Amino acid sequence: MPGKLKVKIVAGRHLPVMDRASDLTDAFVEVKFGNTTFKTDVYPKSLNPQWNSEWFKFEVDDEELQDEPLQITVLDHDTYSANDAIGKVYIDIDPLLYSEAATVISGWFPIYDTIHGIRGEINVVVKVDLFNDLNRFRQSSCGVKFFCTTSIPKCYRAVVIHGFVEELVVNEDPEYQWIDRIRTPRASNEARQRLISLMSGELQRKIGLKVLEMRGNAVVGYLQCFDLEGESGLVVRAIGTACTLDKLSNTSAFLPACNSPSKEMKEIPFNEDPNPNTYSSGPSTPLKNQTYSFSPSKSYSRQSSSSDTDLSLTPKTAPSPQGPRIFLFPSSPTLSCDSPHVKKSCLLLSGSSVKPLHCSHVSPVVLRKSVSFTEELLLAASGMGSGSAGKEGGPFKTLLRQQTQSALEQREFPFFTLTTFPPGFLLHVGGVVSARSVKLLDRIHNPDEPETRDAWWAEIRQEIKSHAKALGCHAVVGYSESTSICEEVCILSASGTAAVLNPRFLQDGTMEGCLEQRIEEASPPGCGFCHIPYDELNMPFPAHLTYCYNCRKQKVPDVLFTTIDLPVEAIVVGKGCLIQARLCRLKKKAQAEANATSISNLLPFMEYEVHTQLMNKLKLRGMNALFGLRIQITVGENMLMGLASATGVYLAALPTPGGIQIAGKTPNDGTYEQHISHMQKKINDTIAKNKELYEINPPELPEEIIGSPIPEPRQRSRLLRSQSESSDEVTELDLSHGKKDAFVLEIDDTDAMEDVHSLLTDVPPPSGFYSCNTEIMPGINNWTPEIQMFTAVRVSRLSNINPTNQTLNKNFNDLCENLLKSLYFKLRSMVPCCLCHVNFTVALPEDELVQIAVTAVAITYDKNQALQANKAPTEKSQQRASTDNEEQLQFPLELSSDPLSSQPFSPAKEALEGASSHTGIPAAQRATSVDYSSFADRCNSWIELIKLKAQTIRRGSIKTTTSLEKASPLAEGYLRHRSVPSGTNSTVSVVKMTPLSFLPGAKITKYLGIINMFFIRETTSLREEGGVSGFLHAFIAEVFAMVRAHVAALGGNAVVSYIMKQCVFMENPNKNQAQCLINVSGDAVIFVRESELEALPVPAPTAQPAGSAGDVTT
Amino acid sequence: MSSDLDVFVGNTTLIDEEVYRLWLDGHSVAEAVARRLRGGVLEREGTSVAVLQSDTRDHYRTFQMLERLLHAPPRLLQQLLFQIPPERQALLVQRYYAFDEALARELLGKKLSKGTKKELDEVSARTGVGIRSCRRQFDNFKRVFKAVEELRGPLAENIQQLFLLPPALARDYAAIVFSGIWGLWERFWGFLGCPDPPFSSRDYAAIVFFANSRFETGKRRLQFLSFGDFAACAQSMMAHWSQGALAPEAADPDGDLPKSFLQDLKELKVLVSDKDLLDQHKSLVCSALRGKISVYNELEANFKALSRALVNVGGKLTHARDVRDFFVDLVEKVIEPCRSDKWSPGDLRLFLTHYTAAPRNLPGFRHQALWERYMAAISACLLRMYHD
Repeated sequence: MPGKLKVKIVAGRHLPVMDRASDLTDAFVEVKFGNTTFKTDVYPKSLNPQWNSEWFKFEVDDEELQDEPLQITVLDHDTYSANDAIGKVYIDIDPLLYSEAATVISGWFPIYDTIHGIRGEINVVVKVDLFNDLNRFRQSSCGVKFFCTTSIPKCYRAVVIHGFVEELVVNEDPEYQWIDRIRTPRASNEARQRLISLMSGELQRKIGLKVLEMRGNAVVGYLQCFDLEGESGLVVRAIGTACTLDKLSNTSAFLPACNSPSKEMKEIPFNEDPNPNTYSSGPSTPLKNQTYSFSPSKSYSRQSSSSDTDLSLTPKTAPSPQGPRIFLFPSSPTLSCDSPHVKKSCLLLSGSSVKPLHCSHVSPVVLRKSVSFTEELLLAASGMGSGSAGKEGGPFKTLLRQQTQSALEQREFPFFTLTTFPPGFLLHVGGVVSARSVKLLDRIHNPDEPETRDAWWAEIRQEIKSHAKALGCHAVVGYSESTSICEEVCILSASGTAAVLNPRFLQDGTMEGCLEQRIEEASPPGCGFCHIPYDELNMPFPAHLTYCYNCRKQKVPDVLFTTIDLPVEAIVVGKGCLIQARLCRLKKKAQAEANATSISNLLPFMEYEVHTQLMNKLKLRGMNALFGLRIQITVGENMLMGLASATGVYLAALPTPGGIQIAGKTPNDGTYEQHISHMQKKINDTIAKNKELYEINPPELPEEIIGSPIPEPRQRSRLLRSQSESSDEVTELDLSHGKKDAFVLEIDDTDAMEDVHSLLTDVPPPSGFYSCNTEIMPGINNWTPEIQMFTAVRVSRLSNINPTNQTLNKNFNDLCENLLKSLYFKLRSMVPCCLCHVNFTVALPEDELVQIAVTAVAITYDKNQALQANKAPTEKSQQRASTDNEEQLQFPLELSSDPLSSQPFSPAKEALEGASSHTGIPAAQRATSVDYSSFADRCNSWIELIKLKAQTIRRGSIKTTTSLEKASPLAEGYLRHRSVPSGTNSTVSVVKMTPLSFLPGAKITKYLGIINMFFIRETTSLREEGGVSGFLHAFIAEVFAMVRAHVAALGGNAVVSYIMKQCVFMENPNKNQAQCLINVSGDAVIFVRESELEALPVPAPTAQPAGSAGDVTT
Repeated sequence: MSSDLDVFVGNTTLIDEEVYRLWLDGHSVAEAVARRLRGGVLEREGTSVAVLQSDTRDHYRTFQMLERLLHAPPRLLQQLLFQIPPERQALLVQRYYAFDEALARELLGKKLSKGTKKELDEVSARTGVGIRSCRRQFDNFKRVFKAVEELRGPLAENIQQLFLLPPALARDYAAIVFSGIWGLWERFWGFLGCPDPPFSSRDYAAIVFFANSRFETGKRRLQFLSFGDFAACAQSMMAHWSQGALAPEAADPDGDLPKSFLQDLKELKVLVSDKDLLDQHKSLVCSALRGKISVYNELEANFKALSRALVNVGGKLTHARDVRDFFVDLVEKVIEPCRSDKWSPGDLRLFLTHYTAAPRNLPGFRHQALWERYMAAISACLLRMYHD
């Protein structure tokens, strides 16, 4: 199906002087799309040319439209010699291909040159006429929307969440082609940029096809990465979650409605009083019978995407070159539990690295132990699943469960890249599952084809899937994949959180059915997700369980690790904080298999140590759960680095964590003991201080409550115990036993001493600062609109001649701590503020160099309100019954407005609530403090209402009318007016950028499309450009500028879910050269300030230029 | 472990005012860190020297990248590289173009040439302004001068528009440029005897600020005058004498004193050359002032000398050589005699008012408008300059 692309070149400004003689430039422009090129006239002797060209029209396939970028080249005309290129602009026209996004791209774009950076700007207008008939073609997938955001985008409603989509394309890296020897660096860079742009387009199109096959219309949580494999090629791969989204016809309308689903969840349990055992059931029978053939689910996209999907179906026949492969199961929360042999088994498991049996060529060095621990786990899991299924009351429930199961089993991989979910979607969380695998790139048989990589990833995903099963979960949420490459060795990693999901969102046409189902399945508010999904009698690993401290009905683990964001409904005590584990391990330089083997031997130890560190640091802060956990293992020439980041919180549902006990090896030495006790005191002090700092003062529970329902005579296996408030066995400490417990730090040599010291060296952020790596900071809910997104990069030389693990660890630790300190200092003017979504990436570009890149956003908050909001979290539980008469009154109203439009994304919702209700009661508190029982009697009639509503919706006629509705189109128009830079206005419109999916104090009214950009910058005059720092500083600023320009040209005023996925920096100071590659992505949006929304009915002050007043700080 | 590379880039460019000031003052990173340390930032923020160094370096890099844009402030507004809130942009520009008056005073009357730039070392030593800062300010003067020298329309407004400076600062620059263009105008008349191409030349190195040797003899005499005094004088001359003052849409550049006006000033000589007129003028002024000023006797004795001096200053303005002596003449022939006779500023003001007004009643004096336009600026200059 063809479309017509129209491009107009309007003008240029601030062009560089290309003719030294006249100090001027004779500029003209080449517009290229596919194989067609147009040229403008030469505009002689000007640095601010006005071309005002005709419309250049390209008639092309929409497949081409999706794949190709529009390429605009500005040149200087030269009569006698070749024309000199000034620079280029690549424009991704994808946002123009779906109806709801942008309609025109128009604005000033920086003219970018890979050698000189930005050189002036060019004004371009781009339009697409798409000849409609979206259903007939299959090669293109125009119309599928892409979102980087890892939650359901704000102005949409998820009708169905279909599940995992992935794709991978490979090409030869232009940098490694023979022709690279004879062409200029510029040509080579541009070839690379163009190739990646093409591959990204192709990748998106193919993913789009898969989505269409699944009958979805959007991809959420789209994550695209590229791997520079060097000689063996350039891989662009992407994962995402296919969904069917419905645009909320009026985003304002859902404002009140968004309360209802979560409330509905909350009140149900009181109605039903669910059987405590319901949730402990693991996977039920179907699971057990499932075979891991890939074929059944994969009906889609065969014919079109030849590259890989089919191939990924048959990994076993694909020639797979071998590196040793290990399966790890390291960071489930359960490991943290108090039994010593968990760890042992973990090590054992990873030690017995499993070699894929199907390898068709010989790879000499492999540990051929084919006993897979995971299989055992699997058996155990399924066994217990069948056992518990019977036990659990009612065949109806079993049926439902099976339904859910089968809904998920239909998928090859029941994975979700989302990290935040519609309320009620997430039923239980099992824990973190991860898998890593070491591969040798030079063994890929057919490097230009994607089969091998497809097979690699398929193995890893399979691994993840079976881990999840072992935890009694049928799905993996917060799923992500990454690689680390050094020379020919590549570590593939995948991780996610095993979970049990509500089937409601997973299937079409189950709306009515699932309503009842939800009543059955609904978990208590705020703690349901903590309840263990596995069976307590047949746990796949020993763990310490207690009854939930919130509902007292279900079992919970003592610690919970997850890769997702904190669920909105979770009840949290105090504030959260960023917790990092950092680790270096030396490795001998080696070649090929030897290298791969040594790496895979090191990996389990690293995982274990990272895990221990995390656990200790969590305890040190008096917290009991980690969210947003991301463990990154980076491979270098002579070392491995591990960096884990997560946000620690205190979940009210989980037991109070015990302290940290230090034990000495030689208890008879007096001074030594004194030392130990000194350390112990220091640790205890730190814990106390942290509890105060993060305002962790959980409600004191009456002893009888704690006493009776926590049976768990599990202490039999526990030799060492922490001093936990709820247990009185502190005295049971048996120091003679050599086993380590997560709670007990045993000091037996200097190493351990170092560890303890390093624990204590983590400096808390200065007062007024909080930090987390999740979207929202638990405990802070009164954000003010001021945000500052930033990227900081540091490269440090590890100068030690004879480095040891200890010195390296210390160096690495210092590097991270100093970087954080420096961030706090830089942002001191924003206090009180919180660094959100702190994202560290570690790279080892050279032998002794460590590169750390951090992207985060600082958001200010109102301290006074914060105090109010947080006054004694303990009161919350008591307040619960008494709060919000108002809310009860509102309730019927909300219902009638539209109870099924869900997706209240938490912060926005909170903000909206805050704005709409003038009660001043912090939204989060309200959310957690609803009086459930009072709703119970109304529940039945209410459900009727929902059913009714659901039917209407399915008939496709949603009619929600609220008073605010009328305001919305106005709002958009108004905003448009403000945000689109008018020609005469010289000021540049402000574009905000944030790694979060929302903007505090603002409402996203429209998603304009995905921004996915890749840039290369190179210099041969490094010193002249201010050295490496000057070079990179300018480049990052340029990347930001280009992102902002594209967003502004789409008519947007912000980028949300911004992420810098790659920053590859290489230098050669001797040659005065450096090169850097940066890949960024995000969602372009239009937002409206809430204050403006309110002010809208009043004639708007249009004279005000965009970017004044409240917009000034981004 | 040393950090080879260390950058921080915000979506909104962070501007630390303190570091900006240090940078503008021409301190190196090390000096700036030392000064910030003395400022006690460590104690306040509880951070380390390394952090402070890294922060300072980051800011310096940003400023270096911004400097190119600051040279053409409208570009700062249009550029896409740095996202800076408007009021921050304004602050950057203002601070960048702010200058030390001591330095401006030194540069008054000097060529904005490479030679002068080389002498900045001495100027720096005399004024206590850092050498790097001196050079930057010198370049600012030159840049502004170059940008507006050929533009039409009111000078101060042009500068305000081109450099986005606040009105007061733009007026100061206008004063400096005015004196420069005045010098240029002299060259147009060829009185400097330079063989260089005139007026439209881009060779601004040869353009004089005030004519080159203007203050050579008068330097000591004029020492008591500050830059502010000169700037105020230049402004009143621009306000009253330039074409723009009469008709805003006038074609002549603002800074360029209109030829015809200066030529016409010769006509005023009649006030001192015609004995009758001079006597009548004197009697009118004296009768008006009798009993009103404390120095009446001295006034009566000196009136003719004063009047001659005041009128002749204007008559000489067509000759470049004499233009140079404008301020010297005023000081030597008006201010110093008055001062030695202990006139109070009030006396001078009263005198000038009546002195200017009196010719209205002189029969046969036909240049009333011209006279008042001329005297308005002269009076303003004198009153401004009449201090210790």
